[in-house]
This record gives sequence, C-alpha cells and structure tokens, in this order.
Amino acid sequence: MQASVRPALSVNLPPIVTSAAARETPEALAMRMTISKLDFFYGAKQTLFDVSMGIATNKVTSLIGPSGCGKSTLLRTLNRMHETVRGAQLRGEILLDGQSILAQDVTALRRRVGMVFQRPNPFPKSIFDNVAYGLRINGSKVPISEAVEKSLRHAALWDEVKDHLHKSAYELSGGQQQRLCIARALAVEPEVLLLDEPCSALDPISTAKIEELLVQLKDICTITIVTHNMQQAARVSDFTAFLLVGQLIEFSPTPQLFTTPGDPRTEAYITGRFG
Amino acid sequence: MSPRLRWRKFVSGFMLTMTGVCAMVAVSVLFLILGYLAVHGGTSVNWNFFTKLPVPVGETGGGMANAILGSAKMLLLATLFGVPIGFFGAIYLAEFSSGSIAFVVRYAADLLNGVPSIVIGIFAYSLVVHPFRQYSTLAGGFALGLMMIPITLRSTEEFLRGVPNPLREAAMALGASKWKTIATVIVPAAYRGILTAVLLAFARVAGETAPLLFTALGNQFWSPGWTHPTASLPVMIYTYALAPYDDWHRQAWAAGLVLLVLILVINIVARAILSRGIAVPRS
Repeated sequence: MQASVRPALSVNLPPIVTSAAARETPEALAMRMTISKLDFFYGAKQTLFDVSMGIATNKVTSLIGPSGCGKSTLLRTLNRMHETVRGAQLRGEILLDGQSILAQDVTALRRRVGMVFQRPNPFPKSIFDNVAYGLRINGSKVPISEAVEKSLRHAALWDEVKDHLHKSAYELSGGQQQRLCIARALAVEPEVLLLDEPCSALDPISTAKIEELLVQLKDICTITIVTHNMQQAARVSDFTAFLLVGQLIEFSPTPQLFTTPGDPRTEAYITGRFG
Repeated sequence: MSPRLRWRKFVSGFMLTMTGVCAMVAVSVLFLILGYLAVHGGTSVNWNFFTKLPVPVGETGGGMANAILGSAKMLLLATLFGVPIGFFGAIYLAEFSSGSIAFVVRYAADLLNGVPSIVIGIFAYSLVVHPFRQYSTLAGGFALGLMMIPITLRSTEEFLRGVPNPLREAAMALGASKWKTIATVIVPAAYRGILTAVLLAFARVAGETAPLLFTALGNQFWSPGWTHPTASLPVMIYTYALAPYDDWHRQAWAAGLVLLVLILVINIVARAILSRGIAVPRS
C-alpha cells in the first residue's frame, strides 16, 4: 500500500525551486500524513474523488478552493471528525507516520491530530480549565499548570491572560478565544494541527496575529489549514492544494502555485475569475 | 387626524391596555392565593404546626409534623426514582438516538406527562399496594416518581439539545470519547437548565394529592419506616378542608400556605442557581 503512495506524491509535488520552503526536494521531505486515493461520500453523494497528497512534517499545508469544493471535508477526514456525521463514509487510505489512521483507536488518533474550528468554541469553563481539558481527560501525568502556561505561550496568549486564568473564557475577545482554542489543542502536544478556516469569524488584526502564530507553530507541529482567503494561504503556507468539486486539481509549493500555476483552473481561481 | 388614523390609534391603545390587564391578572392570581392562604392559615402556622401530631376533634392546637415528614420522605423517594430515569433517558434521547426510536420515546413521555394523576395513582395502587396488601410511603413515592420521569426527561433533553454542537466537536477533537464528552462538557454546560427542570418537576409533584390517596392513604400518627401508610400535606389539606370543623379548616389553610411557600422557595433556589457559574452564550 505504502509503495503506491510515494510515486503519486512526487507527481503532485513537482520539484520546482522558488522559495526557501520549496528548495527542499519533495522526496527529501518527511511526510507526517499521506492521503491516497481518497473517495468520500455523504450518503449516496460523493464529495471527494480520488484525492492523493502528503502533509509534510513541520510545514504548513493549506487547502484552498471555492465553497463546497470539499476542502473542509478533506480536513475533517484527517482526524476522523467526519465520523460524527451520520452517513459519512470514506474509501482509500490515510496514513499518519506510516500507519493507517482508520485502523487506530479514534480517541488516540485525535490526541495526535488536533483541530481548531471555524468559530471559536471555548468550553463554558475558565481559561485555565479550557486549556487543561485535554490533559485532564487523557489522564496526563505532566504538571497541569506548567503545561497550561506552555500552551498559552505557544498560542501567544499568555501575556494577555496570565492574570485572570480563572475568568470565564467567554470574557475574551473573539480573536483571543480562537487563540485559546489553539492553546487548548496544543496542550495535548499533537503531532498535527488541523485548522478549519480559523480566521473567518475574526477581524483583520486578530487574523494577522493568528497567521503570525501559525508560522511559529511549525517548529512544534505539522499544520494543515483550510482557508477561503488566498492571500492567507500565500502568506502562511509552504504547500497549497487547490480543490474543485471534490477533486484535487493542483498541489504544489505555495509560491509556485500562486505564481506559475500548472492548471488553467487554478489560474482562473487565483486570479479571481470564479470562486 | 383622519378618522382612519384615529381608529387605528384607538385599536392600538385598546390592545395595549388589554394585554397589560391580562398580564396583571396572570400575576395577581399568585398573590391573591398567597394572600388568601396567609389570612386564613397564617395564624395556625406556628412552632406546634411543624412539631406536633394532629389532635383529635374537639381539642385545639396540634400540628402536621407527620404530614410534613411524610411528604418529605415520599418526595425524596420520588426524586431518587424519577430523576435518574428521566436524566439518563434524556441523555439517550439527546445524544444517541435518532429517527423513529427517539420519536416513540419522546411521544410516550409526552403522553405519560398528560396522564391524569389519579390514573397514575390507580396504576401504582395495582402495582405496589395491591400485591402487598399495604398502603405505604414506598408506594406514594413510587407514584410521585412516575410523574417526575416525563417532566425531567423532556426538559433535560431540551437543555442537552441546546448545548451548541461546536462544543461537542471541540471535546471530541481533543480525544474525548462520546461518554467523556457528555460527562465533562455537555452535562456541565447544561447543568443549570437540568437542575431547574428537576426542581420544577419536584415542585409539581409536591402538591399532588390524587396519586397519594391510593398509595400513601393517610395517617393521623407517625409512620415509621417506609412500609406503612403515611400522612402527607396535600392529602391532609384534602381531609381537613372537607371536615366540618373550623379548627381543621384553619389547619388546612396553614398546610396550603406551607406547601406553597415550600414550592416558592424551590423556585427561587432554582433561579439563584441559574444565575451562578459560566453560561454558554446564545449565538
């Protein structure tokens, strides 16, 4: 199975050198996750068709495309959140560190592949308890308050909240809440962080903070982000996948995809002719 | 001002006044009842009322201590029996079931909620009283508990469904299992609503008389343990109000006052609980 994955990837990641990130040849990049021949169905309706791509370790990979193209669906298969939807079904293979995620215990998988959602969704608990949640439910042995501080620092929120950790999470602004959700996801030290349009409900300043944060977070985990905003994909990601009606049209190093797209449909989308 | 405009202003003013009056009437009923009870029964609510047994006809004084304790015991049983069933049933309905099963359970609960309490009494009589040939506290608690099930179930379900889905997703995405999500996020997010529902169910059955006539019967004396007929406040009100003695009437008013104040206090406690803790903002 794995043998058939690699060649498909090298087709999707042409070794064109345009930026620091892309200067490494794709073959040399370690893949944290590989998706191969993924078909996805909601009931009888197929929403992803034969998608194959890799998520490079400690890089930011963005998924772009018009509404309904399947980018969020693709993201949600990566930690099997699609299973919470009745009638959702997938065919194909998704590997995390070389092992099928479909064969794993789903709760263990989700600890390794965290997720941040479109709208900030803190729990109705204190700031501290929100970040500590993942550690507590997993019976983590690490000292909780240290881990909470570390995660909040990673999410660039510590300085703003350190004096009122026991206030309700809902007292924070929308942007702060979203960074709190990122801190909450980081607390269990996931290998991969999935973000589903994390800035779509935020103002430009909060958005800028989160984008800056994502670039820093590359050092500690692998990031996959779905975004509506092409400039955002261009700013934060190393690789970009363009999807259209459930098909992966193009998957390239980000600078290449935005400057010399290999497919006329990609070019049409990024130049604003549709979408 | 044109006649048309004048007419419209008149209709508007009339409707506004009418809705206001109706609102006043709705509120004043409660205060009328409270005032009426206070006037008629207030004088009989004293220390003896809470500590003494009823006295035979002809003697003055005495109290309803046995009825107060009997009601408390039966309400405790009813809560222990009805609330867990309603609560866990609601979790099943809100979090696990779908389609036809949920529809059937929900519909059955609504029907059970609409079953006249006297019928619940007869049912409890034939199930618990008749086989053991014994009226008891246990049987009374069982009948009241049956009535608490649908109220707790339906309102708990509503509150659980009110918890926004993104919170469920957030917990699951952190590796929480379905049960852990329910126990650590969904129920805590809904607990204030659930607690209010339980207290309202409690208040509702606290005043029930009909189911107790067949099950707890009544008792002029203390009822030791759980397997003897027992007095209760609502049945005491019923018997005392029907009796032809002025002193008993005063006692019945007093019992009504105590019962109503108890229910009011429970409601106020419920409100107080609602205003504490972190609420999920409505979006």
